[in-house]
Amino acid sequence: MTTLAPGKSLRLAFGETITDLAATDRRIVVLDGDTGSSTFTSLFEAEYPDRFFQMGITEQNMLGMAAGMASLGLVPIVSTFSCFIVSRAHDSIRVLIAQPRANVKLMGGYAGLLAGMTGKTHLMFDDVSIMRAMANMTVVAPADEVETRSALKAIIEYDGPVYFRLTRSDSPILFDDDYEFELGKAVTIRNGTDVTVFSTGVQTARAYEAAEALALEGIGVHLVHVPTIKPLDVDAVVAAATKTGLVVTTEEHTIIGGLGGAIAEALAVNAPTPMILHGLQDVFGESGPDGALLDKYGISAEKTAAAIRDAVANR
Amino acid sequence: MTQTMTDYTPDDMAEFARQARVRILEAVKHANGGHVGGPYSAADMLAVLYFGILDIRPDEPDWPDRDRFVLSKGHSSIALYTMLALRGFFPVEELLTFDSIDSRLQGHPDMTLTPGIDMSSGSLGLGFAGALGIALGARATGRDFTTFVMLGDGECNEGVVWEGAHVAARYALDNVVAIVDHNKLQQFGWTGESLDDRITPYTGTQLADRWRAFGWEVMEMDGHDIPEVLATLEAAKQVEGRPVAVIAHTVKGKGVSYMEGNYTWHSRVPNDEEFAIAMRELGESEGGAS
Repeated sequence: MTTLAPGKSLRLAFGETITDLAATDRRIVVLDGDTGSSTFTSLFEAEYPDRFFQMGITEQNMLGMAAGMASLGLVPIVSTFSCFIVSRAHDSIRVLIAQPRANVKLMGGYAGLLAGMTGKTHLMFDDVSIMRAMANMTVVAPADEVETRSALKAIIEYDGPVYFRLTRSDSPILFDDDYEFELGKAVTIRNGTDVTVFSTGVQTARAYEAAEALALEGIGVHLVHVPTIKPLDVDAVVAAATKTGLVVTTEEHTIIGGLGGAIAEALAVNAPTPMILHGLQDVFGESGPDGALLDKYGISAEKTAAAIRDAVANR
Repeated sequence: MTQTMTDYTPDDMAEFARQARVRILEAVKHANGGHVGGPYSAADMLAVLYFGILDIRPDEPDWPDRDRFVLSKGHSSIALYTMLALRGFFPVEELLTFDSIDSRLQGHPDMTLTPGIDMSSGSLGLGFAGALGIALGARATGRDFTTFVMLGDGECNEGVVWEGAHVAARYALDNVVAIVDHNKLQQFGWTGESLDDRITPYTGTQLADRWRAFGWEVMEMDGHDIPEVLATLEAAKQVEGRPVAVIAHTVKGKGVSYMEGNYTWHSRVPNDEEFAIAMRELGESEGGAS
């Protein structure tokens, strides 16, 4: 199986990038929920101690305070683990950030299946579904360190609330250094004529490796990366789906309401297409090493390839 | 920060509070819904804030250096709308659109709709967090205004209040003043001697003790004694090095005899007879002001 070059974790790319951006954007402040040593907001604190605010373990309060700071024209970047932002502080986001369109950037760290042995409480893979359902919220899940850097710049330039999905483990590099993320745009990763695969976040690297392996078997995968899950690039999704007439979605996230759900909604209305939703099933997670989790929960590159192979065989 | 508005006397403030109680009941009756008890317990304090304490510009509601006010007990919105209207942020006649479709005057305050609303609120405890963020942001951007935030005593049940109280003390936010409307009742409340006996969420000095324990400077006042409210809030603004919580002892439904201390008037619409009695007690003609 083709493997991509190793890269940094998205969390490290995040910590480095916000520190860089803060040099020229005085509006940026960081609010940390006592996880900065894990999420790398520690890098920002070291450089800009006066613009770093330790909020302690007070997530509901932290998200509310971020809204207050945003009302003064600051751009608060709120960082902690995804589960504590999306679940614990959901009401604060809904009432003070989403509905009033407060310019707050929500950094959901340790999202997905691979959160370092933490297990059921911390493994957050319904975050995209939950945040996508919230009016006014933009939802972005970058694939690698390059896209993380570019996307952070874009969402800070954008005026409004954004949920940004960050992960813990190192991620292979998918994009060239000159890649530029465009908010709301899907990206074609490779062309193929047998099946269209849509993926998002760090799962795109696994989908890419799966597609390269399937090419050796004569299956041509048209792979489209969808970093902005909301608003969805409906035109690109319809065009890519129509091209092959068969769709597989894959994500490190529940198949209920995430990328697969968003694309199913878009295609059902605009271009009904036979479709398989690949990703995490209707389950909670558990503790374990990355490889074992990816295998058991069926979203490793190999298992992703198998899902695509089955979809093509059964079309 | 030390500027005091001298255009209005305590007697003027009392008159605005009286007018506010009239307008509140009119709006609630007209909308056939809304809260009364909490707005009435807060009315005198809001009159002092809007006519004696807050440095604001009704003709420039977004003036960056204005003092901020956040009504964290957002279900008392009609009291705030009434005070904003009396202060000139929008026409008094608009109060009768309260709770109607397409109105700027929503059931709970919406900072995107209403001139003079500095922070949305309505889910209890969150306006307080927003206010603390404004205060921290003011410090971070070198702005010298005071943020006032009003909470209910029932609202202090919420855990997020104490998360924020901890963080505010940690950052020594002396540019924020929290006023706790301690009217001793909440919507349904804790059961007392009988099912009709609804008792205070915090007895004696419990509420003051809690804020003090979290590192706040605590002051207490009679929330209906206008000169005392004026003096206490002025003093609260001067405190340095720590945030201030003002425990305001109030009466839910204050100003109308049959509402005072009666939890059922938390949110209830008066019938014609009750409305007439209230107007009479408030020194208004029985038909109201509108």
